[in-house]
Amino acid sequence: MQLSPGEIHALLGENGAGKSTLVKSIYGVVAPNSGQFMWDGKEVEIKSPAIARELGIGMVFQHFSLFETLTVSQNIELCLSKAQLETIGHLGSKISTLSKAYGLNVDPDRLVHTLSIGERQRVEIMRCLVQDVKLLILDEPTSVLTPQEVAGLFDVLRRLSSEGCSIMFISHKLHEVTEICHSATILRGGKAIDTCDPRIETPASIAKMMVGDLAEQDAGYSKKIGTETLFKAEDLTLDSKQPFGTSLKHISFELKKGEILGVAGVAGNGQDELMAAISGEDGRKLKNVMWLDGKDISSLGAGTRRSLGMAYVPEERLGRGAVPDMSLAENTLLTHKVGFVKNGWVEWKAVKQYAKSIIDQFKVKCHGEFSHAKSLSGGNLQKFIMGREIGQNPKVLICAHPTWGVDVGAALAIHQALLALRDQGAAILLISEDIDELFLLADRMAAICDGHLSPTVHTEKTSIDQIGEWMAGTFINTNTHDTNQETAA
Amino acid sequence: MDIDLITQILFATIKTGTPLLLIALGEVICEKSGVLNLGQEGMMLMGAVVGFMSAFATGNLGLAVFAAMAMGALMSLIFGFLVLHLGANQVATGLALTIFGTGLSAFIGSGVIGETLQGFQPIIIPVLSDIPVIGKILFTHDLLVYISFVVAAALAFIANKTRLGLTLRAVGENPHAANAIGIKVLSIRYFAIMFGGAMAGLAGAYMSLSYTPMWVENMTSGRGWIALALVVFASWRIGNIMLGAYLFGLASIMHLVLQGMGWSISPNLLAMLPYVATVVVMVIISADQFKEKLLAPRSLGKPFDPRQMA
Amino acid sequence: MIQVQARTDSSTLMQFASPIIAIALTLIFGSILFIILDKDPIQALHVLLIMPLSDAYNVGEMLVKMGPLLLCAVGLSLCYRANLWNIGAEGQLLAGALGGSAVGLLFVDSDSSLALPITLLAGIVSGMFWAALPTFLKIKFNSNLILTTIMFNYIALYLLVWAVHGPLRDPDGFGFPESAMFSDATLLPTLIESGRAHWGVVIAILAGIAAWVILSKTHLGFQIRVFGSDAPAAKYAGFSANKITWFVMLFAGALAGLAGVAEVIGPIGQLVPVVSPGYGYAAIIVAYLGRLHPIGAIAASIFLAVLYMGGDLAQIEMSIPTAVVGMFQGILLFFLLACDFFIRYRIILNKDANV
Repeated sequence: MQLSPGEIHALLGENGAGKSTLVKSIYGVVAPNSGQFMWDGKEVEIKSPAIARELGIGMVFQHFSLFETLTVSQNIELCLSKAQLETIGHLGSKISTLSKAYGLNVDPDRLVHTLSIGERQRVEIMRCLVQDVKLLILDEPTSVLTPQEVAGLFDVLRRLSSEGCSIMFISHKLHEVTEICHSATILRGGKAIDTCDPRIETPASIAKMMVGDLAEQDAGYSKKIGTETLFKAEDLTLDSKQPFGTSLKHISFELKKGEILGVAGVAGNGQDELMAAISGEDGRKLKNVMWLDGKDISSLGAGTRRSLGMAYVPEERLGRGAVPDMSLAENTLLTHKVGFVKNGWVEWKAVKQYAKSIIDQFKVKCHGEFSHAKSLSGGNLQKFIMGREIGQNPKVLICAHPTWGVDVGAALAIHQALLALRDQGAAILLISEDIDELFLLADRMAAICDGHLSPTVHTEKTSIDQIGEWMAGTFINTNTHDTNQETAA
Repeated sequence: MDIDLITQILFATIKTGTPLLLIALGEVICEKSGVLNLGQEGMMLMGAVVGFMSAFATGNLGLAVFAAMAMGALMSLIFGFLVLHLGANQVATGLALTIFGTGLSAFIGSGVIGETLQGFQPIIIPVLSDIPVIGKILFTHDLLVYISFVVAAALAFIANKTRLGLTLRAVGENPHAANAIGIKVLSIRYFAIMFGGAMAGLAGAYMSLSYTPMWVENMTSGRGWIALALVVFASWRIGNIMLGAYLFGLASIMHLVLQGMGWSISPNLLAMLPYVATVVVMVIISADQFKEKLLAPRSLGKPFDPRQMA
Repeated sequence: MIQVQARTDSSTLMQFASPIIAIALTLIFGSILFIILDKDPIQALHVLLIMPLSDAYNVGEMLVKMGPLLLCAVGLSLCYRANLWNIGAEGQLLAGALGGSAVGLLFVDSDSSLALPITLLAGIVSGMFWAALPTFLKIKFNSNLILTTIMFNYIALYLLVWAVHGPLRDPDGFGFPESAMFSDATLLPTLIESGRAHWGVVIAILAGIAAWVILSKTHLGFQIRVFGSDAPAAKYAGFSANKITWFVMLFAGALAGLAGVAEVIGPIGQLVPVVSPGYGYAAIIVAYLGRLHPIGAIAASIFLAVLYMGGDLAQIEMSIPTAVVGMFQGILLFFLLACDFFIRYRIILNKDANV
């Protein structure tokens, strides 16, 4: 593949197609086994990110490579060689100048942990700009942004492109690719299988090239409206336990029987804290803030809440949802106790049998119930966890980012399992960063921003724009009882 | 208590605090890079025995100190290889280093037990030592004590004002991010670990060449462990480490203080004091979990394997 | 080209082979060291490893050392399974010896059949108490368990030394820092007529089996394993961290305390300043060598006990300092940690660099 100056080139492909590995080898983070890179007509060997940066290659990572306890300018300084630092002179003023020129709004003296995700991404872009970048690589830059922030990012990219900077853009979201990119390479199984001009293709036609044969697609599912409240949170306020965490502020919502409530939001806005507070993992005893089926569960531990009919699918499937070094049978026992433990003794035979039935029912690809959790692919492990949690016939299921990093087939299976559970009469809370998925599955929607939860609306009565604004926190000021808290924070 | 006694006590405080200071300075650099080395006690003992034996054989104290530091660095290199290249558990490997160092030092030192030599002698710094009270407390020590002052000052500067210090912090906070932007994480960590080893060796040499110029099995009596607590107590800040080291030094010579006040308590009970003090301090500092999480290097003790990056 | 590759599943074979390879490497290393020291390596290894098992007396002495090693190691295995770094077995052992002696000395002139059980119980409770202190500090104040348990080791040591110099010293002992001899009713019965091997080692083996049953068959054992292997998962599952922590720490403390009291009312017969040659620390290696498996610990404790015996014999026979044992222990643990690399990784040789 090749790239000309000013071109915005998309790298497309499913999870595990090799996109990240390709760009990491261009940036010199990982060494390629064979092959060569040509830069300005000359063959180059990019052994380290420092060499890449010397050449004028910059990269914005998917999981940011910023140091939270350092300031913006310290972060940027670490990426520059001594020579570069000397040419720049005063780094702080250079950052301020560029910040104004590109509308990035980056303050060099702020500590990174005080910045929002969108701001952090702009710091990463700034880090590339200060060294006169000629090729900018962005690894899934839009997955962490609100729709409005995405528009802002695209403005910056178009501007850079018009100045002759080439851009390599990895994304899952095909409508973004058709919107901004000039050309595209499609990867599958580590090989470049096709190229196309996104300006003349449609998202559907590109999807076809990515997946190969036409996979079964998620179609519009019917929406339902529940009436009976199963779970209720009222004015839930909780300080974060982590130094750089988000505190929950006056969160109130209801989960209704036979309904999925979707919560949109950019990562790090209190989703993890909300999840821990509802599941009881947080461990602090509260009073009169959460009710399950009319019973105050605020002070109960995670195990007790589970036995009352709550189940959870956590974001981290390996290391929280499942113990990596334990078999699937043992991982079944993790959240199932009834019927498998008698007077403290474990009936392993029954556990194994049950694990087998989950594997069969949810078509989990593995060697058997003795397989270690870490040997499964992300999608298969997620299907297993989903099956295990659904198998408890929960009244309420809390589910975070269920299809994150999962292939199309598994995502479809997971979606259908969630809808089936809803139709059986469970109440589901679905927390996701993927706004399209929320619109597909959720019956009602809300957004979370800086620990505040927006009002809920019926999915059919809202739009991506409105949810996007809520994700950016526009609802907070209109929520009168929050304003005092806001200024205090 | 009169002023002479107080001067004497504070002088002894510095003397007793110096090995803790030296070893804690090494460990804090190591921990800033994200590596927890529990092998301090073992490296210190090896430094002590090698330092003493070299001095005993050659009579050259400078060479002996160098040998002790080299030994400490060599010991830490074993730790570094296991932890950084073989991904071994840092806690278990550190313990192994302590067990190994304790055993090996007793083994090779068995021949020089009971021997004595002329250790480092005090160097009275002219002019400065004439300052009333403070001069006597600070400027009538031996060379190694002065070196500890200089190292502490230099490290405070490097950690807070230089790019090397910035890089060290970056590696300790997020090795994955550091690797992604091209910082050589393993090299930095090797460097930090070896620095820690050399400082532990130096602290050992101080014990056997200055503090009590002889070799006794287990002569460091847990100072390597106390230093680990000291680093947490100091919130990973060099200035606090100095303060903390002397506080612990004071706790170790409480019998002097108590004698001065005319009390008499069994020396065996008084010998417990530094350890009891360590426990008390540990309780006070860790009670504020939030603060500890905020200040500790964030990748401390966690393995980093560049092989898993691809 | 040599490549290192991560295994998808941990290697079960290496899990078992690793300790054996580590022992072999340690012996090779030791032989080289003996050659450097100008000692015959074959003879040295013979003295260290074979002689301790060569006659009934030596085997008996080996069992005397195996008892406390195994008792401590079984407790530590459970702690380490729960990812709780209890380094305090030595202190808990000393506390058991001290507490047991304090009570046992009340029976100096007695032949009550209660003397032995009460003394044993006192030792066990003292060990549990000494383990409870750092556990409480960890749970209540989140203090670092490694450092507090080590500090309590030193505190226990000085407390014991103070006691034998002070309140527990034999008033008729001419001022020597020793307690009076325990009465026959207090002493632990020996296994066989001759020799000093006593019931401690049998109790230790039973404790190992009990710990294995707990780990593999009970829900509590399952919770311990989950908690140690993946704390967030244990939290997610709703297991009580405090309950697990208290259980394994008190279990370990009880066993170490038992080891301590069994030393003073067994082979030693009185309280002396040096009760243990570092059994509590060596037990860490036993636990690791036994793969943190209580049954594995039985085999590993035999090896370490043989090594301790061999160290004593090597000093007598070849004037090699006993400290060689400590060094061997450290090296063994190093090699073990290094070999464990191959549980998670494999080395592959491939000529085609493109693959």
